[in-house]
Amino acid sequence: MSQVIQDKVIDEKLEWSRINADVIASMQSPRRAYWVALAVCIAMLFCAVAAEIYQYKYGMGSAGLNNPHMWDMYIATFVFWIGMSHAGTLLSAILHIIHAQWRKPIYRFAEAMTTFSLMTAGIFPMIHLGRVWNLYWVLPYVSDRGIWPNFRSPLVWDAFAISTYLSSSALFLFIGMIPDMAILRDHTTGWRKKFYGILCLGWRGDDRQWRNFRRTYMLLACFLIPLAISVHSIVSSDFAMSIMPGWHITTFPPYFVAGALYSGCAAIMTLFVALRYFFRMEEYMTLNIMEKTCKLTFAIAMVWTYLNLIEFAATWYGHNIYDKELLIDKATGPYAAVFWTMIFCGMVVPFTLCFQKLRRHMPSMLVVSILLNLGMYVERWMIVAPTLAMSHQPHQWDVLWGTVIQWAIVFGSFGWFGLLFLIFVKLFPCVSMYEVKELCFHLKHEIEEEEHEKQHAAKAKAGATAGGGASPAGNPGLEGA
Amino acid sequence: MSNHRLLAMFKDFDDAFEVVDKIKGKALSSVEIDDVTMMSPIEHPDIDEKLGDRPSNIAYFTLMGAIFGVTFGFFFLAAAQASFLVQPQGGKPVIALPTNFVLMYEMLIFFAVWTTVITFLGMSGLLSRRGTLYSEKLTVDEIGLVVEVSDGDLESVKSFFKENRALEIREEKV
Repeated sequence: MSQVIQDKVIDEKLEWSRINADVIASMQSPRRAYWVALAVCIAMLFCAVAAEIYQYKYGMGSAGLNNPHMWDMYIATFVFWIGMSHAGTLLSAILHIIHAQWRKPIYRFAEAMTTFSLMTAGIFPMIHLGRVWNLYWVLPYVSDRGIWPNFRSPLVWDAFAISTYLSSSALFLFIGMIPDMAILRDHTTGWRKKFYGILCLGWRGDDRQWRNFRRTYMLLACFLIPLAISVHSIVSSDFAMSIMPGWHITTFPPYFVAGALYSGCAAIMTLFVALRYFFRMEEYMTLNIMEKTCKLTFAIAMVWTYLNLIEFAATWYGHNIYDKELLIDKATGPYAAVFWTMIFCGMVVPFTLCFQKLRRHMPSMLVVSILLNLGMYVERWMIVAPTLAMSHQPHQWDVLWGTVIQWAIVFGSFGWFGLLFLIFVKLFPCVSMYEVKELCFHLKHEIEEEEHEKQHAAKAKAGATAGGGASPAGNPGLEGA
Repeated sequence: MSNHRLLAMFKDFDDAFEVVDKIKGKALSSVEIDDVTMMSPIEHPDIDEKLGDRPSNIAYFTLMGAIFGVTFGFFFLAAAQASFLVQPQGGKPVIALPTNFVLMYEMLIFFAVWTTVITFLGMSGLLSRRGTLYSEKLTVDEIGLVVEVSDGDLESVKSFFKENRALEIREEKV
């Protein structure tokens, strides 16, 4: 079997009209599991809303936030969601630039994941502030006392970086959807036709539009890659620019970026399995694509593992007693169970991705991807909590496991994300129809070309055999070549 | 003067490109290749080669947006920091370049991205009222060629398209 056929991620014989019909039908009638998932997400969100109302009424003490635990789980969850947002846009942009064809059926929901993760992440600093009505203080405007925010603070950088990333990612997602909106405009009726008619902005698919579209998409991809890296580097600066043990680490920015990509890839795997089932997308979200996603996740997991070990080694061999004690305490102290969960889920579980049978077994991949993300969540917690619990001053040492209010809000954030995501995939195609058509088109041509070359080679061989095995005149090295 | 616009629909890119090649070979004296617009459900990789060089200048605007972003970023931050002149800085610079670079970088990207998108909308003719010459099959699997012709050439161009396996021909008055 040729390499092209072996590597193909989708059936190239899929008719274009069928691609339209399948995707539109999937949006209109998902499996019942979709509605169950939606109901679960709404219930989870209600938990968070109730907890937030309680916290708003009774103050931050109900969340257990007090000296030394000023940050804790809310900020860990904020970092987790920011991290989750990275894989979508970043991987979509990188894979687009390097012309990785297999991204085409899955990049849409990955980009949507980015946007909704950022929207979820953005809520946590507000919740964490307590006084949510003073949120606007972070905006760079001159107040009546003539005071601006401190532009030297990484917290202000966060506000700039996240808002830039959110708007750019949303634009990247939207621009990539325009040709699909036109398909939906042309092939739906009623309110949907009007809705998609507005969103497609009058797209007609002429050569000028395609040319500008391609250029714009590439430019946006080029900007989004450094932007995504800068955003998570800036988030890591929230910690690394302090002098707290366990935070003041040079490798934090690449460590955060690798962790972000890792958790994002794991989330893509989870959503891949879910959407494939909810929307009957077996023909589009194929096992070959899952395999490639798994391999990518494994590679990133190894980078993350390496950076983690580097951090441990630097702490162990660097002669900073506070850092070293903290590391020992993480592994043996009150947070040891969490620490070893992180090690197991983040460093050991990814090795299951080495087995092809597992990579092609969707229920297993669902479990593995959830375990990977559990590992990445507790990794964030292990960054924030132990440092606050066991910093420089022993009289301040205090272990906090989070109150019910904190847990409910964190739990509910998954409901909020899930709700936004599920509404999105019901309203918009989770598989990019025009890109799948492009994929089929290119694949078909590649296979045809390869067959043509094979036939040509066979003819040449037959000709050479008929000629007594001698190389044709003027082409002496043909057989050897 | 061209007062009719024709849309000829073809089964696939091969048929459409064959017609484009014939137009380039002056098979139709009244139609120049620069006046031909191709409409398709996907972008064909050889479309630039077939239709000729039709540059897209979006990148220049992106560059301008980026330069504006970084310049605006610097002056915005510097102006805000300069308003702290009256306050004691403890030996630190009033306008701290290393930390400002981070935000200038973010503003560079912010303005570059928005400029790119706005330019794309403008240059692609999106959001503008266009003619009604369109077929819903263009978002399924058929390829369309749009040409502008005068009254006198209308029938000859139509018959040319029919001879070259056009599945359907639509027209509108300009």
